[in-house]
Amino acid sequence: MSAAPGPKANGSAYTARFRVWRGDADGGELRDFDVEVHEGEVVLDIIHRLQATQANDLAVRWNCKAGKCGSCSAEINGRPRLMCMTRMSVFAPDETVTVTPMRAFPVVRDLVTDVSFNYTKAREIPSFVPPPGLRAGEYRMRQEDVGRSQEFRKCIECFLCQNTCHVVRDHEENKQAFAGPRFLMRIAELDMHPLDSAEESGLDRKSAAQEEHGLGYCNITKCCTEVCPENIKITDNALIPLKERAVDRKYDPLVWLGNKIRRR
Amino acid sequence: MTQVERHTYDVVVVGAGGAGLRAAIEAREQGLRTAVICKSLFGKAHTVMAEGGIAASMGNANPRDNWQVHFRDTMRGGKFLNNWRMAELHAREAPDRVWELETWGALFDRTKDGRISQRNFGGHEYARLAHVGDRTGLELIRTLQQRIVALQQEDHERSGDYEDRLRVFQECTVTRVLKDGARVSGVFGYVRESGRFFVIEAPAVVLATGGIGKSFKVTSNSWEYTGDGHALALLAGAPLINMEFVQFHPTGMVWPPSVKGILVTESVRGDGGVLRNSDGKRFMFDYIPDVFKEKYAQSEQEADGWYADPDNHRRPPELLPRDEVARAINSEVKAGRCSPHGGVFLDVSTRLPAEEIRRRLPSMHHQFKELADVDITAEPMEVGPTCHYVMGGVEVDPDSAAATGVPGLFAAGEVAGGMHGSNRLGGNSLSDLLVFGRRAGLHAAEYAAELGTDDRPRVSAEQVDTAAAEVLRPFSVEGGEPESRTENPYALHQELQQTMNDLVGIIRRASEMTEALRRLADLRQRSRRAAVEGHRQFNPGWHLAIDLRNMLLVSECVARAALERTESRGGHTRDDYPEMDRRWRKTNLVCELASGDGELAAVDPADGQIRLTRRDMPPIRGDLLALFGKDELLKYLTDEELDT
Amino acid sequence: MATTETAGPSSGGVHAPGRAAIAARQLRTDRWWLAPAVTVTVLTVFVVYSTWRAFANADYYAAPYVSPFYSPCIATNCVNMKGGADLQIFGPWWGLSPALLVLIFPLGFRLTCYYYRKAYYRGFWAAPPACAVAEPHRKYTGETRFPLILQNVHRYFFYFALPFAVILTYDAALGFRDAAGHWGHMGLGTLVLLVNIVLIWVYTLSCHSCRHIVGGRLKNFSKHPVRYRMWTWVGRMNAHHMAFAWASLVMVALADLYVYLVASGAFADPKFF
Ligand code: SF4
Ligand code: SF4
Ligand code: FES
Ligand code: FES
Repeated sequence: MSAAPGPKANGSAYTARFRVWRGDADGGELRDFDVEVHEGEVVLDIIHRLQATQANDLAVRWNCKAGKCGSCSAEINGRPRLMCMTRMSVFAPDETVTVTPMRAFPVVRDLVTDVSFNYTKAREIPSFVPPPGLRAGEYRMRQEDVGRSQEFRKCIECFLCQNTCHVVRDHEENKQAFAGPRFLMRIAELDMHPLDSAEESGLDRKSAAQEEHGLGYCNITKCCTEVCPENIKITDNALIPLKERAVDRKYDPLVWLGNKIRRR
Repeated sequence: MTQVERHTYDVVVVGAGGAGLRAAIEAREQGLRTAVICKSLFGKAHTVMAEGGIAASMGNANPRDNWQVHFRDTMRGGKFLNNWRMAELHAREAPDRVWELETWGALFDRTKDGRISQRNFGGHEYARLAHVGDRTGLELIRTLQQRIVALQQEDHERSGDYEDRLRVFQECTVTRVLKDGARVSGVFGYVRESGRFFVIEAPAVVLATGGIGKSFKVTSNSWEYTGDGHALALLAGAPLINMEFVQFHPTGMVWPPSVKGILVTESVRGDGGVLRNSDGKRFMFDYIPDVFKEKYAQSEQEADGWYADPDNHRRPPELLPRDEVARAINSEVKAGRCSPHGGVFLDVSTRLPAEEIRRRLPSMHHQFKELADVDITAEPMEVGPTCHYVMGGVEVDPDSAAATGVPGLFAAGEVAGGMHGSNRLGGNSLSDLLVFGRRAGLHAAEYAAELGTDDRPRVSAEQVDTAAAEVLRPFSVEGGEPESRTENPYALHQELQQTMNDLVGIIRRASEMTEALRRLADLRQRSRRAAVEGHRQFNPGWHLAIDLRNMLLVSECVARAALERTESRGGHTRDDYPEMDRRWRKTNLVCELASGDGELAAVDPADGQIRLTRRDMPPIRGDLLALFGKDELLKYLTDEELDT
Repeated sequence: MATTETAGPSSGGVHAPGRAAIAARQLRTDRWWLAPAVTVTVLTVFVVYSTWRAFANADYYAAPYVSPFYSPCIATNCVNMKGGADLQIFGPWWGLSPALLVLIFPLGFRLTCYYYRKAYYRGFWAAPPACAVAEPHRKYTGETRFPLILQNVHRYFFYFALPFAVILTYDAALGFRDAAGHWGHMGLGTLVLLVNIVLIWVYTLSCHSCRHIVGGRLKNFSKHPVRYRMWTWVGRMNAHHMAFAWASLVMVALADLYVYLVASGAFADPKFF
């Protein structure tokens, strides 16, 4: 780190003040760096420059640098974002840019967090149930029928929504019971899949969403939607429809009555 | 003996992209205990970057399509250097591989009657690419990932343990394939997160690590593409073929620096985009080679007529094959007629109404808006060639995907060579992953199942120690003496990329490649002094220092093979030998480790680490040859080949 | 929220063991507090105003206009509305404001509305105040328990909202009369009621429950082309549900205020024709 004075403009390049969290599970701190920024760069470039010049062992995850793999999730000035899709031009040259790891997950080192929570949750969602008696190559689905689920399949699994959702971000103890927006959306995706045969096989995704995956914890405050880099309307198109589907099953008096009678 | 975490599996798959996951699924479905190792997180593999689609002759868009037509297109694209048996299997099996994805939950775009929609692409005679908008690769990875989860759920139901028979080791890097005599006995690697070592004992190892793009400065590939599988195979004693063939995509972004190399899809040109130099000249008309003269328009007026009325106009020269366009752009830039950031202009803004551009090219519009602050409906893009794909790779048996000469080693996907010959068609890589991923998984499982329990190869402690010492080296490099100052791995990597880009890039000359080999030798020496600070826990500097070994090995393969092949064909263009030569058609250049068994250190810097030999390919089977006209075959095959 | 106790947590949430040790509970540098502050202000003003007006039991009818707070008017103590929706279902024993009898329905509709829930959970309960801004509660159970589990009844309020919208449409139509009851006239009040009812309709029809009922619940759209078409329309409106929610909230209060001003004689309704 240089003791150089604050930012100075120099053609298209300038020196920016970065505060990057460094440390691991045992502790850490925000460290200041002065680092060169060139025109057209994104935050991930600056982190890479720090790595190559001032902090060889600065840990960071990334793959595609094009917002397609969802690896480089972090929090920049307190907002959960992809580092590769955050252009430096959105900051004033004299602004301090603070970069921290995602704060809902255990930290591994520096900007890298342990996101295994998400993989655990992924496993708890029952998979697609293929329609019995339909062989590969015989599937027929209309575009209008696959459209809804296709939107959810745009997900790049950056886990920013999981990180931002206050249900687990602010309440560690809810992690057990709550699948998180990304995986509730996965349930919605399968429930809206035109050929999914879960129901025929005795699995009711709608009530399972509420009873086993914690749909009720979601108070539809839409932070997942706000941070999703793929602009998926998670709350409006997946979570609220899923809540409505659960109501169909659980709070619709006619359905409830029907079930009571049938069970006898 | 070194402290390592030990596991035992039947099949280990290195790499978790399309090919790796498909192989793992197959091995597990055969009932074998399978491990998948990925360098990144599960589901982040480079396959997600594929946009266009999966080529498979399902005939949904055009009922005349069938595997023979697909085979023919593939051979033409690869300039007949393809391993014809692989091309045949690929064309035959691709439709089944796509359909099977649907039974695992994939949702492709649909035709009106509810079948999988197929789109047109360069080099494919009929609309053939199954796709999901422009994110087909993501769909493929997600589907395979979710299939793996489904299998794990089955196991959980059966035994209470998700990872009973199929386990994914995330963020782990394999640095050595271990052997017991001639046979594979397992892999050695480290956990990126903790820096701890692990050994997985397994009689069968499937390499599915993808490509080598990170050896080049301008590339559309991610950091993972450091040629790991190529190097692992070499070090295990398996040969590589066709390493001189590297595909450069003509249009990658050149600015801003952060995204240099990222792909600009071919559809931009297909939808009317034109290339101009700094003088505003539409230069492609000057670069139409003689063989294509009758097929391409000679004037702007004629070219512009093609989009609306292709029957009565010839194609615009912007739509020449990828290698031709890439070379043309390269020449313009070298002649100084380049855009401000060293590319040329690709313009659709003056060609289509803004509304139309947004509708047809949504992701390109978004990509330029977000990353470059360029509104492609109002201003031209700046583009230049970018390293995209390596056709060369591990030499494999076409049916079983088994690597030559190393029992128990298999390879599939980009890391395997032969399938695409000298040039790959768009859409053929995703289908390649599925077809040969499955075959590799199947045959690896069969191979492992046939071994009795006492017949299993064993991992020797000595090999583990050597492997561990190799990996730990960057921590113990001492500076001090003036002639042996330590090196920064990042700086070495940058020099390597610059060397490959400048000297073994899109246009090649003997003198430059000789120079490249010299520099590579120098870098190899210096890389032994690459030192890192910090500790083993998630230390990217250390990881890079280790990956350098692999990049240097494959770079040398590329340079040596490219120097040897004195013709131009597909992804290999020689300034000093600009013509395709029929006599070279059936020859594969084979790269092997010069020192024999896995030893690198003892090699004399002047000779390098790679020994190059020539190997003739088996003649193409008669019924497959009969799919082509005699006139066409004459362009590729020598007279003697045609007579027999 | 109702099911959370407020306390100053120091070891939970973003400070839970294992997470990156960052002292600040949030690091946002933008004006994240603006949106919740505006929500709280506007909703508070509305609640205060509407409570006053609901209990006032006066100045809610200025022929031919009726305040939306008092329609339908279903007690005998309602003023005579000259053909309006004064139904006298409740006898003379009801002495309080007739507005209290019906307001529960629109109130319940809005209270359980998915958008308003977001707004007041964020604004009033700070759960969360803004994205990635830590909330001040020690425990959180969301809508899994009583009473918030009752939010699931939203669709029944939606059903009730439909007849209300019809009645208010009728009221707006009556606005085309003059004070004596002759048709073919129009004043500024007519326009106010018209705008109000249009906003109420778009707000009601863009409801998430509505979207679900008209088509969202289907698995195969292709088998129900008409409902698919309707779902698409509702979906398009639904994308602006937030805007409609605010606009109609403000407008309903303005409509009432207008009637109040005219009825109390503070303002004379300008007649167009
Ligand atoms: S809308 Fe629900 S799932 Fe999304 S962030 Fe808010 S509480 Fe979490
Ligand atoms: S839904 Fe959006 S925010 Fe959540 S993981 Fe997927 S892409 Fe990321
Ligand atoms: S690096 Fe892939 S999303 Fe940022
Ligand atoms: S009224 Fe807002 S969601 Fe129903």
